[in-house]
Amino acid sequence: MSRLVVGPFNRVEGDLEVRLDISDGKVQCAEVNSPLYRGFEQMLQGKDPRDALVIAPRICGICSVSQSVAAATALAEVQGLTPAKNGQLVTNLVHAVENISDHLTHFYMFFMPDFTRSVYQADPWYADIVERFTAVKGTAVQDVLPQRAQFMHIVGLLAGKWPHTLTLQPGGVTKWVAAHEVQRLAGILGGFRRFLQRIVFGVELEAFGALHSAKDLMAMVDRLGAQHSDFARFMHLSRALGLDQIGRADGRYLSFGAYQEGDGHLFPRGLRNGSGLQQLNTGLIAEDISHAWMLGPERGLHPYDGVTTPDPEMARGYTWCKAPRLEGAPAEVGALARQVVAGHPLALDLAGRGGNVEARIVARFLEVALLVPAMERWLREIRSDDTFIQHGKIPDRAEGAGLVEAARGALGHWLKVEDGRIANYQIIAPTTWNFSPRDANGQPGPLETALKGAKVRDGETEPIAVQHIVRSFDPCMVCTVH
Amino acid sequence: MMRNAYNLLWLQSGGCGGCTLSLLCAEGPDLATAFEAAGINILWHPALSLETGQEVSAIIDAVLSGETRLDILCLEGSVMMGPGGTGRFHMMSGRNEPMKDVIAALAAKAGYVVGVGSCAAFGGITTSGGNPGEACGLAFEDDQPGGLLGAAFRSDSDLPVVNIPGCPVHPDWVTETLSHMTSGTLTADHMDGVGRPHAISGRLVHHGCSRNEFYEYKASAEKLCQAGCMMENLGCKGTQAAGDCNIRAWNGSGSCISGGYPCIACTEPGFEEPGHPFVETPKVAGIPIGLPTDMPKAWFVALASLSKAATPPRLKESATSDRLRTYPDRKSKKGRTS
Repeated sequence: MSRLVVGPFNRVEGDLEVRLDISDGKVQCAEVNSPLYRGFEQMLQGKDPRDALVIAPRICGICSVSQSVAAATALAEVQGLTPAKNGQLVTNLVHAVENISDHLTHFYMFFMPDFTRSVYQADPWYADIVERFTAVKGTAVQDVLPQRAQFMHIVGLLAGKWPHTLTLQPGGVTKWVAAHEVQRLAGILGGFRRFLQRIVFGVELEAFGALHSAKDLMAMVDRLGAQHSDFARFMHLSRALGLDQIGRADGRYLSFGAYQEGDGHLFPRGLRNGSGLQQLNTGLIAEDISHAWMLGPERGLHPYDGVTTPDPEMARGYTWCKAPRLEGAPAEVGALARQVVAGHPLALDLAGRGGNVEARIVARFLEVALLVPAMERWLREIRSDDTFIQHGKIPDRAEGAGLVEAARGALGHWLKVEDGRIANYQIIAPTTWNFSPRDANGQPGPLETALKGAKVRDGETEPIAVQHIVRSFDPCMVCTVH
Repeated sequence: MMRNAYNLLWLQSGGCGGCTLSLLCAEGPDLATAFEAAGINILWHPALSLETGQEVSAIIDAVLSGETRLDILCLEGSVMMGPGGTGRFHMMSGRNEPMKDVIAALAAKAGYVVGVGSCAAFGGITTSGGNPGEACGLAFEDDQPGGLLGAAFRSDSDLPVVNIPGCPVHPDWVTETLSHMTSGTLTADHMDGVGRPHAISGRLVHHGCSRNEFYEYKASAEKLCQAGCMMENLGCKGTQAAGDCNIRAWNGSGSCISGGYPCIACTEPGFEEPGHPFVETPKVAGIPIGLPTDMPKAWFVALASLSKAATPPRLKESATSDRLRTYPDRKSKKGRTS
């Protein structure tokens, strides 16, 4: 058995270290370390609850809007406030821009550059992939960055800037959207759809969203040819390398539900495991700290009662990340989990035998294909002559939860107000779920499970399979510990 | 005209990565083009570069040994000094040493040292709420000289740390400042007392504010999502905060104020602890405490009461409305047809 420490693990958001025990050319055991602690939960104690809208989004520069939506939702619950319909639509639009941009950033800038490594130089697809996906200098970066920046104009217009906006409020949004602005937004969105269809997907978004099975998907990809679009490029190399065979986690998927529409969600809330779709009881979430550098009760606490006290001695454990568990077991979150819980047939088929690298990547494309048409609809539903915000008042004493979906999965803020101030504020971010350490029962987190069995070639110090598996989760490390 | 490539190394520590994400929104020129035009060669960037793990440590070691020249060191995020000054709140992964030590060692080798964003510059949001992580900026703690490197720090170019403020930074602030460096034209004369280039801090957020007419007449919004000026009631610090945010658009056409919320002065040291809720203006005897930079208080009060009395009904009505409901009258000119 040999031990390998892989870090700094880059092209993830933030700093990450992975420790691997290796024998027989395979990872036998993995420990995931989130090495940065800043203390946002401590910072928020005692503040005016409204200040959470400034502070919490700054946990993360890549999921800033998701953090805003979670904080605003928790504050709305505290105030018993129902957001204005227009406010909900604008929130969904801004949130969708962030999540779609994150999916693109992940694919083009974080995930694909690994296939330009020389370990693949003998593969038939190598030259094309190098030209397209070389970090910083590849043609894809040159195509995508300007398109992504222009897509962000939607956030500029609706929310002032990205990241870190204050537009998103408990009762709606601070921005009144004029009729002519709706027209401008429609134009930006139309241009972005054209880019997606021509360059990214190579097919109409609706055709992609209607795919029913992995077989349908492969038939489409074969029809298109390997260099027809960036998605086709990925699928051809994925099948050549067997990316659907690596990075298997437990197949227990959690989603808090994404994009509020009336009382429900565009992508519904739930839990899906081997026995099918389950009701989600968020009262059964607890954070275990047995393997984190944290002090507090051994028994996992529900986040309303959660405690965040870092251990300055770092006496036991191997990460600053707590281990969230639902009914005592870990759960995988993210685009794949969202689409599996939503029951999309393609996602269900791809993830049938456990999540894997390919399924996680395809699920992000699927989500983009489903979201852009939804954005077009939300835009049409904005009524410029109606109100965009409802105002409330923070009560002296209340509690509320903001359970939303960031690009990377389920994000929860749990807020307790006493004497009109924040008495407790606990956050469980998507990568807290995915990259959690072991718990008191020794159960590893989803990435730790997914890395078990990963191939390590002779002499590899940064095993390529480990790179693909880790990045398939699109980790956000700054959110993870916060 | 391709000069020598200027080697840039970018590190992240106690921050959110949002300054890099904002930088990716650069337009006209986009980021890749701007760096290429400035002759910047990225030795390593945590979000952009291929190199990972030991490959990164090798790049860092080559700089520390003097084998690789380091022209520009950028830090994004604050420096984590805690717990108890050990720096163990951020041990650099793969190297098992405090990130603060890695940053200090590299800064000693760098031509220019750049604090990207208010966290790296002054400590920023990471220091709010009692600063549990004992975070600080590269050469400042809030507006007090010191930080990790100390007040006397000068990089190889004989400049103090160059601070690009903002939470996040505007992408152009970074690309223009870095280009200024590689062109060899950035001097101490271009910087203010807290290390910010005048190109950024020489303007106030108030300049070009789309609500200026409301400001002129002190026609104030009372709640968020109302059209009036946000200085009197909603905590807006645009008249005191550095930045050309309303001259140079964010993400196409945006700014905080055009998004309908107040400026929280994120370009200023200490913005994270304003001493009042961010969206409320603290007042004494009904007069806001924070008055416009450079403006004598007595004059401000006199002008404000005068302009309030002169407010046109159009502005008075719109200020507390959730949108513009009345419009400027078109005056017809005698003898002309329009």
